[in-house]
Amino acid sequence: MEQVVHLLSLAVETIFIKNILLAYFLGMCSFLAISKKVETSIGLGLAVVFVNGITVPVNWMISSYLLDKGALQWTGIAGMEQVDLGFLTFIVFIATIAAMVQLVEMILDKVSPTLYQSLGIFLPLIAVNCAILGSSLFMVEREYDLMEATVFGASAGIGFFLAIVTLATMRYKLKYSDVPEGLRGLGIAMLLTGLISMAYMSFSGINL
Amino acid sequence: MAIKKAFDTFAGPLAKSNPITTQVLGICSALAVTVKMDTALVMSAALIFVLVGSNIIVSALRNLIPSRVRIIVMLTIIATLVICIDQILKAFLFDISKQLSIFVGLIITNCIVLGRAEAFALKNTVGESALDGLGNGIGYGLILLLVAAVRELLGSGTMLGIQIVPRFLYVDQGGWYVNNGFMLLAPGAFIILGLLVWVQRTITGYTEE
Repeated sequence: MEQVVHLLSLAVETIFIKNILLAYFLGMCSFLAISKKVETSIGLGLAVVFVNGITVPVNWMISSYLLDKGALQWTGIAGMEQVDLGFLTFIVFIATIAAMVQLVEMILDKVSPTLYQSLGIFLPLIAVNCAILGSSLFMVEREYDLMEATVFGASAGIGFFLAIVTLATMRYKLKYSDVPEGLRGLGIAMLLTGLISMAYMSFSGINL
Repeated sequence: MAIKKAFDTFAGPLAKSNPITTQVLGICSALAVTVKMDTALVMSAALIFVLVGSNIIVSALRNLIPSRVRIIVMLTIIATLVICIDQILKAFLFDISKQLSIFVGLIITNCIVLGRAEAFALKNTVGESALDGLGNGIGYGLILLLVAAVRELLGSGTMLGIQIVPRFLYVDQGGWYVNNGFMLLAPGAFIILGLLVWVQRTITGYTEE
């Protein structure tokens, strides 16, 4: 029971208080580029939830069974407890993410062509989304265990989803407003993001 | 003529086609490391190193990389360079590398690096690509430093760690001044960058849509 509460509070914290996008600025590029339409932003958001929920636990296994100091002990080869492959973290993570994205794409194509159709174009983009690599790196830095890593990955994705859909709806309304010329596009989007981020800050202090 | 073209390649990204404010690339790190100027400086230096290096290597290999696997090849080159710079920072600037936390690693997915490799280095000579990398890197650094300067000055009253706002003005010293803590939080970064984009685009006359 305690475990469930702990995971739940981790999820709430990751989605609202430490929102991957609004508090750590990860995934800004696609956030700004894709948020012009509500439908496409929902597609991208879902794809991020999906891929993040898979890649963070997979990267957890890779880093705890292959890369960390002494992680190779399970092989039983003498001297393995001294081996530290931590410097390979970046390159292995990015390769894993690219491979997982490819795999998810192929599985979706077979299992659910409709979902594939709606997510299709966004999946390749996700391989270079900072939010995905960032979540995996945060997972290592904060030393989560496997359950925590899974919950963290999925809720970081949900946080991204919420933020991008909020901005997309606001930009939709913005079409009818008279924005000063130099502020159109990126400028006003940044100011809006600042306001959304301020709203999310009011969640801080929530404790389950 | 050749000199003018080289100069344009270098100077264009400094203001007119700045990677952050005009091309909208690499915003994540621009916001995250700008609470203090020294982290912004180190981050810009790291990015310039990776960007120039990856542009040179990609451009030197441009006739050898099959276009179907180019993304993964470029990612590998970039990731290798990022690992180098990360190890160097951990060895010589450990405190700052702790503050930058995961954002050095995120240079791999920084859209500027991949974007310039894809858009410029794959089609141009080594020398031009190096200049393009340098120009874009410095253009990125300029914006980072500007945002960091505003945030550090208003948020902590210091610049590069040196006290700018006189100590006796502070409330605890009997004065009236209080630091604007809002600047140190995430929304402050968004709003400062938004205003900076507005200023830059008004000067260069660039508009979207």
